[in-house]
Amino acid sequence: MQPAHSLPPPLKMRPASGLKMRTRRLLWIWSFLALPVLFYSAIRFYPTLEAFYLSLTNWDLLSDPEYIGLENYKRLFADPKFWQVFRNTFLYLIIGTPVSLILAFVIAYFLDRIRFGHTFLRALYFLPFITTASAMAWVWRWFYQPAPTGIINNFLGSLGISPIPFLSSVELALPSITFTAIWAGLGFQVIIFMAGLRAIPSTYYEAARIDGLNDWQVLRKITLPLLKPTTVFLVVFSSIGFLRIFDQVYNMSSIDPGGPLGSTKPLVLMIYQTAFSSYEMGYASAQTVVLFTILLVISLLQLWIMRERG
Amino acid sequence: MKNTILAGLIAGAAFFSATAASAVEIEYWQYVFDTRVKAMDRLIADFEKANPDITVKQVTFPYADYQTRVVAATMAKKGPDVMQLFYGWTDQFVKGGVLQPLDATVFPHDQIESEFFPIVSAMKRGDDYYGLPTAVRSLALFYNKALFAEAGIAEPPKTLEELVETAKKIAKFDAAGNFTTEGITLDMAGQDHHWWREILVRQFGGAPYSDDSKTVAYNSEAGVKALEYYTNLQLTEKVGMSGFMDEGQAAFRAGRAGMTVDGTFRLGAFRSITDFEWGVAELPAGADGTKSNYASYFANGIGAGASGEELEAAQKFLAYISSEEAMKIWLEEVGELPARRSAALTEANLADPVYAPFLQGLEYAHTTLFVEENAQRQIVTDMVNRVLLQGQSPADSVAEAAAAEQAVLDKFNN
Repeated sequence: MQPAHSLPPPLKMRPASGLKMRTRRLLWIWSFLALPVLFYSAIRFYPTLEAFYLSLTNWDLLSDPEYIGLENYKRLFADPKFWQVFRNTFLYLIIGTPVSLILAFVIAYFLDRIRFGHTFLRALYFLPFITTASAMAWVWRWFYQPAPTGIINNFLGSLGISPIPFLSSVELALPSITFTAIWAGLGFQVIIFMAGLRAIPSTYYEAARIDGLNDWQVLRKITLPLLKPTTVFLVVFSSIGFLRIFDQVYNMSSIDPGGPLGSTKPLVLMIYQTAFSSYEMGYASAQTVVLFTILLVISLLQLWIMRERG
Repeated sequence: MKNTILAGLIAGAAFFSATAASAVEIEYWQYVFDTRVKAMDRLIADFEKANPDITVKQVTFPYADYQTRVVAATMAKKGPDVMQLFYGWTDQFVKGGVLQPLDATVFPHDQIESEFFPIVSAMKRGDDYYGLPTAVRSLALFYNKALFAEAGIAEPPKTLEELVETAKKIAKFDAAGNFTTEGITLDMAGQDHHWWREILVRQFGGAPYSDDSKTVAYNSEAGVKALEYYTNLQLTEKVGMSGFMDEGQAAFRAGRAGMTVDGTFRLGAFRSITDFEWGVAELPAGADGTKSNYASYFANGIGAGASGEELEAAQKFLAYISSEEAMKIWLEEVGELPARRSAALTEANLADPVYAPFLQGLEYAHTTLFVEENAQRQIVTDMVNRVLLQGQSPADSVAEAAAAEQAVLDKFNN
C-alpha cells in the first residue's frame, strides 16, 4: 500500500508542475493583455452597451432615465431633419472617398517616379495631415469668405468676377467643406499608397518590360491589382473618416453650426447638438446607434466587395 | 460629576466656537470670461474681508461646457453652492433640480420687485425667485462716427426708415459689386435675432409670443412685415450682407460697417478700437414711434445641494454680489449695467454718452422667456436664411418658423 501510495504523487506532480508552468506563463501574459482589455471595456465597450440601453430611454441628464421602447427611433425616422443630415453624411462619403483616393493615388504614383525634390514634396503633402483640424478649418473659413476678407473672392473681385458664396450657399457649402477635408487627409493617403507601391517587387515590372507591356498596361495589370490590400485599407479608413466628419464642419460654420439651413450638418454634429445643447441624451443615443450601424454595415460591405473581387 | 459636566460644557463650547471660527468654504461657479472672472475675484476678496469665516472658491469652465458641467455636477451631488446662470436656462435648471428657491425671508419679494429693473421677473417661477442678477444687458445701435462724417450724416437714425436711408449713404461697393463697407451689419447669429423677435415684430404692430409665453404669436402680418424689413436690408436696399466678414461685430471693428445692433457686453471689445471713434444710440423707433429693446442677464442662484452653514454662507454671498456696491464694481470691471435701479440710474451714468442709450432702453425692454435658447435662435436664423438664400416668401418662412418654435415650446411645456 505504502509504495502504491508513494508512487502516484510523482506521477501526478509532473503534469501538475508542467501545467503550473503553463498556467503561470499564461497568467503572466494575460496580466499584461488584461490591462488594455480592462481599459477598453471600461471606456469603450461599457459605454457602447450603455448607449444601446439609453437609446431606449428619455434620459435628459437631469432626471432618471425612463424606458420608452423604440420611441426615439420612431421620432428619428419621422424627422425630415434627420434625413437631411443622413443625406449630408453620405454626400461627404460619396464625394470625399473616391475623390481623395484617386487624387492620392495619382500623386503617389507620380511622386514615386521622381527623385528631385521627392522628400520635400512628400513633406508638403503630409503637412496638412499633422495640422490641427480646427486650425486648418479656420484658415479655410477665411479663404472662403466674401470680399474683402476672403482671399479667393478678393482675387475674383479684382478680375471683375462676381463672388462665389462658398460657405453661405446651400448648394456650395458642403462641397467646399468636403474639399478641405480631402486636402487635410490627402497626405496620409499619399504616404500609404507610396508604401504600397514600394512593396511591389521590382521583378514583376522587369518581367513586364521584357514582355513589352506599356505604362498603362503595367498600371492596370500589375500595379493596381497588387495594390489592392492598400486600397481596401484606405477605402475603409477614409470612409469611416468621412462618415464621422465633425471638426471641419463645426469650425467652418460655427456661427450657424451645420448651416446654412442645415445643409452641411453631418450625423455626428446632430448627435452633438442633441446631446449637449438640447440635453436629450436618450435621443442622441438613438442617433449614435444609427451611426454605429451605418459604420458597421459600410465597413463590412466594403470588405466583402473588395474580397469578392480579389 | 460636576467636573465632568463642566468639562463637557467646556468641550462643547470649544467645539462650537471652533466650528464658528473654522471657515465655511463655498463654491462659486461661472464661465470663463476674463473681465468677469477678474471682477468676481475682486468681489470675493471684498466679501471675505467682511466675512472672515467664509471662504469662496471660484470655479470656472469654458462657456461651451458650462451648462453641461453644472448639470453633471448636480447629478453627482457635487454642484456649486452659488452659480451664475443665463436667465434663459432657469426653466431647465429649476425642472432639473439644479437650483433651490431663494428664501423669501432673506430675500423679500417686495424689495426685489421695487429695487431691481422689472426684467428680474424672468427669474420667478410660481411664487419663488430662483436667482438675482448683478448686471443686465440691453441692446443699442453702435455707429461709426468716421463713416458718418464721411457720408455727411449728422446724427444716428431715430426711426427704422431713417436707418435705411442712413445705411444707403454709407454702403460702398467695389467694381465687381462686392461690399467694401456695409451700411448696417446683418448677423442673425449675433444679436439680430433678438432685434427681430422683441423689437421689429413689436414695432410693426405685433408681439412675438402670447402673454404667458407658451404660444408663438409672430406668425402674423406684423411678423411678416418685420421679416421683410430685415431681409430687404440685403435683398432690395442692399445696405448689408449676412456673412460679410464672418460676423457683424468683426465688420464693425474693422471699420467696414456704418452701424451694428449689439449689446452692452460688446463695449469692452469695442473700446479697444483705435482706428475710428464710435458712438452709441438708442435703437431706432418704429413708424408709429414704438420703442422696444431686448434685455437679458446672467443671474446668480443658489445650488440645490447647499444646506445648513453652507446655505447660510451662500445666501450671504448672493446678497453681497447682488448689492449696489457689487454692481458698481461690476460696471467698472465688466462694463455691464447694474440690475438695481438705484445703482444704474445715477446722474453720472445717465449723462454718460455710452451708458445712457442702453439705460434708456432698459426702461422699455422686453425679455424673451427662452425654453431652449440655441434651438430657438437657430429657428429664427433659418427663417431669415430661407428668404435670403432660397428665395422663400417671408410669409411662408415666418409660418414655418412659428410652427417649429411652437413645437419647441410645446415639448417643454408638456
